[in-house]
Amino acid sequence: MLESYIPIMLVLGFAVVFAMAAVFSSKLFGPQRPNPEKLSTYESGVKPIGTTHERVSIKYYLIAMLFIIFDIEVIFVYPWAVEFRQLFAEFGISVFVSMFIFLVVFELGFLYAYKKGGFDWD
Amino acid sequence: MDITIQDYLNILPLIIIAAGILISVVIEMYAKNSEKILPWFSIVIFFSAGYYALFTVNSQSVLFSNMIVTGGTANIFFFLFCFGAAIVSLLSIDYLKKAGIYFGEYYILLQSAVLGMMLLANARDLVMIFIGLEQMSIPFYVLAGFNRKKHFSNEAALKYFLLGAFATGFIVFGMGLIYGSVGSMSIDAIMTKFGDVSTNAVFIIGVLLFIIGFSFKIAAFPFHMWVPDVYQGSPTTVTAIMSTGGKAAAFSALFIALSPFFGDVSFNIFKPFLSALAVLSMLFGSIVAIAQTDIKRMLAYSSISHAGYMLIGVTSGLASGTAGVIFYLAAYTFMNLGAFGIVSMLEGENDTNLKIDDYINLGKKNPLIAGLLSIFMFALSGLPPFAGFFGKYYVFISAIESGMTWLAIVGVISSVISVYFYLRLVVLMYFKEGNEGINPTVSNTALLGVVIAALIVILIGLFPGSIIELISTFVI
Repeated sequence: MLESYIPIMLVLGFAVVFAMAAVFSSKLFGPQRPNPEKLSTYESGVKPIGTTHERVSIKYYLIAMLFIIFDIEVIFVYPWAVEFRQLFAEFGISVFVSMFIFLVVFELGFLYAYKKGGFDWD
Repeated sequence: MDITIQDYLNILPLIIIAAGILISVVIEMYAKNSEKILPWFSIVIFFSAGYYALFTVNSQSVLFSNMIVTGGTANIFFFLFCFGAAIVSLLSIDYLKKAGIYFGEYYILLQSAVLGMMLLANARDLVMIFIGLEQMSIPFYVLAGFNRKKHFSNEAALKYFLLGAFATGFIVFGMGLIYGSVGSMSIDAIMTKFGDVSTNAVFIIGVLLFIIGFSFKIAAFPFHMWVPDVYQGSPTTVTAIMSTGGKAAAFSALFIALSPFFGDVSFNIFKPFLSALAVLSMLFGSIVAIAQTDIKRMLAYSSISHAGYMLIGVTSGLASGTAGVIFYLAAYTFMNLGAFGIVSMLEGENDTNLKIDDYINLGKKNPLIAGLLSIFMFALSGLPPFAGFFGKYYVFISAIESGMTWLAIVGVISSVISVYFYLRLVVLMYFKEGNEGINPTVSNTALLGVVIAALIVILIGLFPGSIIELISTFVI
């Protein structure tokens, strides 16, 4: 019973060792030229300390939504592409057709965003 | 499990609506005056899907690995949603222009919401119920805030979104507990394993959470708090489809989830809970509606009390109760659509003409509109020649059959209370001295939609027997 968890423990151990090695090796071998900007907490480009009631331009939300479109596409298409050969042998052409229908629906949404100017920054 | 052509024919209403959404998106992209084309296009889509659903009502089947059922009650619901949405499209043409939200996207969202309702009505699996619920709710959240320059509309959208998402949380949690106790999401699997789990506390709590979540969606009493604000703030035509189609879809999902219980002694566990919901919604809705001065709020509270009447039929747990509720939903859809349709026609720019006092002397100034509104008010209050009376009649009869006569008595008392505020509107329209009141300009397309709704209300009232017979043959 417990033996079956050994691979998981191995992976966990490897992850810890690898993460530590990566952090400490850059500390050891990398050049150190600190400045205040570099030393502050990294918050994806936003200032880490300040008011939280800052208004974000609505364009960023649009980008986030368009990102989701691509994200969802990849989530569905990747496993499909990996298993395509096997699925095709089992179910035939319908595997291709169903993904094609999904992509048509999906690309329509994408085209709609493009036509309505979703990709124009100004 | 091979999928045949017949399977696709059985779900053709769904395919028509889904294809309609895609074509509408293309029209919206490439046509310069899409807001002129799309209402008529969506009317054609809705009408053909609804007509086909009614035409193939007898071809019952279970499709796609027991995920979907077609035919029978599902197709009756399809018909309700599609015809309701077609009438709403007719009402919207001039309303959107008046409200300053003249965009083609409105109809795409409307079609998406209708697709979600249809998925809810033909689900045979809890996952399908969840997908349908989201497909219905998300377009409704957007449509509620469609008038984005008005604060009330924004408030409605935000309130509806937050509380709706909260209710969906209850539903998903309930589904999780049901899955935990049964080991499957399929209604068929729940039915075969029902003997083992019907006394299981986890299963019962799961179903109760499910009922609570859908009580939000049908606007029953303790979970009604979003209804008045959202119904008032949303564009009136959106309120019309939200209060009819949305409610009918939620009831259909409730029936699907409770179907294993019907005819079983374990349903008695839910009876006190459901009857409390029913009594409180009926009385609360009818009494609070009396105090309203805004007509949309008044109709919102009336919609709460109608949810209560329909819950009586659910509480009975009998096939006659289910058939009665479906009949009630059919009647309610068209009478409420008509009432909201007239409100949307009379509404002026910037939310004017929405007070009940604005309807004074409408009988002199516009006899046709006043007459139609009177029909809908009589029908909503449950006076005999119209559809509403028979809806209430079948629901109350089912309560008496299941030995809960007191519930029927409370229902009758509540509908007597509700007569006051419905008929006050009629009195204001016809029996007021003086000459004040609004002088509305009436749009022809909206008038057509309202007249169709009135005709259906009268037809259902004239031939209730054959309709309830049709419904009863499909309710097991």
